[in-house]
This record gives sequence, structure tokens and C-alpha cells, in this order.
Amino acid sequence: MPLFGRPKFASVTYIKKPSNLAGPTDIAAETVSKEKPKDTCKGCNGSTPQHEVTANLGICPKCEYHNPMTAMQRITLLSDANSFRELDSNMKSVNRLGFEGYDRTYLEKVKSTGHNDAIVTGLCKLDGQEYAIGVMDFRFMGASMGSVVGEKLTRLTEAATSRNLPLLIVTASGGARMQEGCLSLMQMAKTSGALARHSLAGLPVFILLTNPTYGGVTASFASLGDIILAEPKALIGFAGARVIQTTIKAELPPDFQTAEFLEKRGLVDRIIHRKGLRRELSLLFSYFKPGIDARS
Amino acid sequence: MENFSLEFERPVRELQDKLDKMQIFAREHNVDMTRQLDELEKEIETTARDTFANLTPWQRVQLARHPKRPYSLDYIERIFTDFLELKGDRCFGDDAAIVGGFAKLDGRPVMIIAHQKGRDLKERNRRNFGMAHPEGYRKALRLMQVAEKAGAPIITFIDTPGAYPGIASEERHVGEAIAVNLREMFNFTVPIICTVIGEGGSGGALGIGVGNAVMIMENAYYSVISPEGCAGIIWKDGTKAAKAAEAMKITGPDLLEMKIVDEVIAEPVGGAHRDHDKTAVLLKNALLRQLANLDDLSPEGLVNHRYERFRVIGAYA
Repeated sequence: MPLFGRPKFASVTYIKKPSNLAGPTDIAAETVSKEKPKDTCKGCNGSTPQHEVTANLGICPKCEYHNPMTAMQRITLLSDANSFRELDSNMKSVNRLGFEGYDRTYLEKVKSTGHNDAIVTGLCKLDGQEYAIGVMDFRFMGASMGSVVGEKLTRLTEAATSRNLPLLIVTASGGARMQEGCLSLMQMAKTSGALARHSLAGLPVFILLTNPTYGGVTASFASLGDIILAEPKALIGFAGARVIQTTIKAELPPDFQTAEFLEKRGLVDRIIHRKGLRRELSLLFSYFKPGIDARS
Repeated sequence: MENFSLEFERPVRELQDKLDKMQIFAREHNVDMTRQLDELEKEIETTARDTFANLTPWQRVQLARHPKRPYSLDYIERIFTDFLELKGDRCFGDDAAIVGGFAKLDGRPVMIIAHQKGRDLKERNRRNFGMAHPEGYRKALRLMQVAEKAGAPIITFIDTPGAYPGIASEERHVGEAIAVNLREMFNFTVPIICTVIGEGGSGGALGIGVGNAVMIMENAYYSVISPEGCAGIIWKDGTKAAKAAEAMKITGPDLLEMKIVDEVIAEPVGGAHRDHDKTAVLLKNALLRQLANLDDLSPEGLVNHRYERFRVIGAYA
């Protein structure tokens, strides 16, 4: 999806504008050019051309639906230009179980996304504040968590702990990766353990829940933020709605498992419109720097 | 349920029935049939050994779900003394799908946290088939915090198809409840020993499964998703559960090799359900052995050991 005018992101530090100008609107302005109107908004079923949605950070201009962003689009939105340094970008999955069809699916996704697995991790700055960022990319096998996602996130968290950095994880996932069996289940524990150490060091964790976040990801790091943010209308839950419906054989509430539903029930601190995300995150970071600007 | 037996158990079951009848006959007619009875018992032993020597993963899943299989309270009553159940999450309610409380293991105080299934219809409903709601996991955490204060090792028994997938469960954030347990279990300075005694269903199992030692019974399974669920998603066919059970490598030997478990506890021939007492002895011995190993570690040592134990799990290049 050539949102930034490039079909793939070979370089993770690529950005055209200088850092002090790289606000969300500037990024959006670059992106219109070569788009052909093909796909349309997922929120209002086809009434808005893709390029209009893309030009608006993936937000549909008509229905305000927040369409998915790729990991690199998200990082560009949430970091100062040229500040992102990716970690462990070469780490690859191993088909330890010899699971039928896994190698093929995996290679297809590597090819189509340009990433080696479903999460991009690294260190970057936002308005000068250095922090650790991990962003899941739903295009890669539904951003399911296997060993690579677990290991990269654990290393990122450990790096944040040793460097005294806050950590932001942008989640989107169908859950654990079945093709890696119980190894993927154990990544829930591994990542949570790393977060325990990060937390003991007195460092803050920010989670941004995006559509959709489910299963083992919800039941581990996605729920372990000191601050849990969510994008409007994002679907978030442990069990999928279909599984629940099959189990209880009853109708589900209309807003079931939406960010709004979870905000009302106390899981989510704030629902943030994507256009305000960069500013709010920067503001949140500033509250964790005691002594700076204390009198201003 | 008295007559329940799995398809592949039937030959053993039939011989067992024959033995029972012969014993009754011998008693009623006051005939000495010792020789015939001995022979039949030997035949049962051999048949069971043959049947159980090469079980498929799917057959083990069926045994893990066997309605006569020992559940946590069956083990608790046989292995420990002075069990003192403690209830409630201090927040919403008490979840009967997870039981917990102090007990003594050969006189040594421990805290038990365990999934509990029901034996009859009424109890099954009360225990929700061992599928806990968030309050079950929050109770578990609370009791583990109590154990930390008491300096009592934490012993968990895992036996659940999974955390309950329902509206209430989601409304009260079962994912968060499990996640917090995962994080907090890494911080306790007492030994934690977890054993999958039957079904190790996904996050609902792991939610009380972060231990210094993790063991699994011979005929139990530990999986990221139920075999039926996996088959439904990957092959769009829930009936391919046997294939999924095979593919996901969810039983003892495979899990041992991947370092997901540290020990596979052998069951009596024919499965745990054929001899609750004997199985409990085997489980108790394993618990004592693991606990003795961990006693060499300092409180900080235990925390680091647990971290490193999980830190190394994964397959990547």
C-alpha cells in the first residue's frame, strides 16, 4: 500500500520533511500523489476513494472511520523525522513445529509487507523525547504473535529498561499464532515478564489499542499499560465475538468490544482521534519528566 | 457416567467388566477362581499397556477431558493436609472455576491455586466446566500475594478448556485479569510450581501458569488454542481436530523438547482415571522433587530463575 509514495519501506528512517515540520498534516500532504482510487473505506463500505482516506491518515473524511495503518506509517506519525532506529529487523520466524502451510504463508507475507514478521520495533524520539516503540502490523498474518513478535517485543522492553526509556506499544492482532503452537502461548508470559521488570524500574508503559486487538495479545502486553489508549471504534477483546456468540447462543450488545464499550467499563483511559494522537502522546510523555518545565 | 469409556479404551473396559462379573460369581458361589482371576488381570494389564503405549495426541486430549479423570480437589485431598479454602476476589465475587487456599505438603505450608471442574451436572454448572471468569484470575492473584506474605510456595493445578468466552467475562476484562497475573507472577519471591493435570487451554491456563517449574501429566495437553478451534480456523473444518492436535505438538514429550515444560509426570497404565490414588502419589512425588530443587535458590534467585526460564522460549533465526 504505497501510502507515502513508496511501495515498500526498505529504509526505516526515510522521511522527506525536516523534523520540526513533520506533523500529521504534513505527512498526509505528501501522500496523495500517485494513488489510484481503488479500495475504499472499511467503515462506510465503499463510498470514499482510497486516496482520500489515505490522504487523511487513514481516517475516512465522510464517516471518520479509522482505517488500518501500516507499522511504518504509524512510526512516521509518532516520531521525529530521521529519529527512528529499528531493532532486530532481520529476525525471522522458524517453523519449529513443521506446521503444514506455515512456511508458504509466512514467505508470502514477508514479500507483500516488506517486513520479516508482524511487529516493527525500535527507538525514536517524539518532540525530542526518546522512547521505545513497537508497532504491530495487521497485514502480516493478522499480526498474530509468534516467537518473533514475542522476542522482538521482549528485547525492545529490555532495551527500554536498560536505557531508562518509556515504552509505547501500538497493538493490533488476531491473537497468538497457532502455527507456532504453545511456543506462541509462552510469548505472552515472556513479554509480560519483561514488562514486569520495566515497571519495577519505575518506567511508564503506554499502550495504544487499534482495530482489532484480540486473544493472547489482549491477555498479555496490550492490557499492561500504565496508560491504555484506544482508537475510536477499535474492536478489542479476549474471545472473538463469533466464539462468544456460539458459546452463549444470545445476541451481543451492539457496541460490544468496541473501544467505547471498554472505555465505559473502565479498561481504556482515553479514546484518541488519530489526528490528535501525536500531540496527546507527546503531552503524556511530558508528565513523566518531573522537574522539566515545572514552573512554566 | 459410571459406564463412560472412550472408543479406544473399550477392549480394556470389556475385560474389566468380565473380571468384575467373575469376582461376583466367585464370591456368590463360593468358588475358588483365583487362577482365572489372576490370568484375567494379567490380560487386562497387557491390553492396557498395548493400548496406551502409543497414544496419539488426540487420544491424549480425550483422556485429558475424560469425565472420570481426577480433578484438582481429588488431588488436593490425596496429596495435602489441612486444606483451607480461601475465596473471593474482593471486587466482584467468588469464582468456583478456580479454587485456592492454604494447605500443607508433608507438613510444609503451601498455597494452592487450581482450576476445578465439576463431576456431576450440577457441579459442572457451578464450576462452569473449569472455565474461569476474570474474578477467578483476580482471586488467584490475591491468594498468590497472600502466599508471598506467608513465604509459602505457590502450587497451581491447571485444568481448563480456557477462560470463559462470554459477555460478562469481556465486560470485566478477562484479558486484563490474565495479563496482570502473567506480569505479577514474575515478581513473587516464593517458589511457584505449576502442573497441567488435564486441559491446558490457552491463556486461561497460562493465567496461573508462570512457574519456576512447569510440569504436565502424561495424558494432559497444553495448547494455544483447542484442537477443534485450530482446525476450524486453519482448515475451516472443526472435525479435523485430531490432525490439529498432532500438528500443534501439544503433549508432554514435544513440550518438554521445546522447554515449555520441565517434566512429564507418568500416569498409571490406562490413564489417571483408572487409579486416582496412585496418580496422586506420582504427582506428589514430582511436586516434592521440584520443590526440593527450588529450595536451593534465594528469593531473588527464584525471581531470576523464573524470568530466565520463560526468557529462552521461542523459535526464531
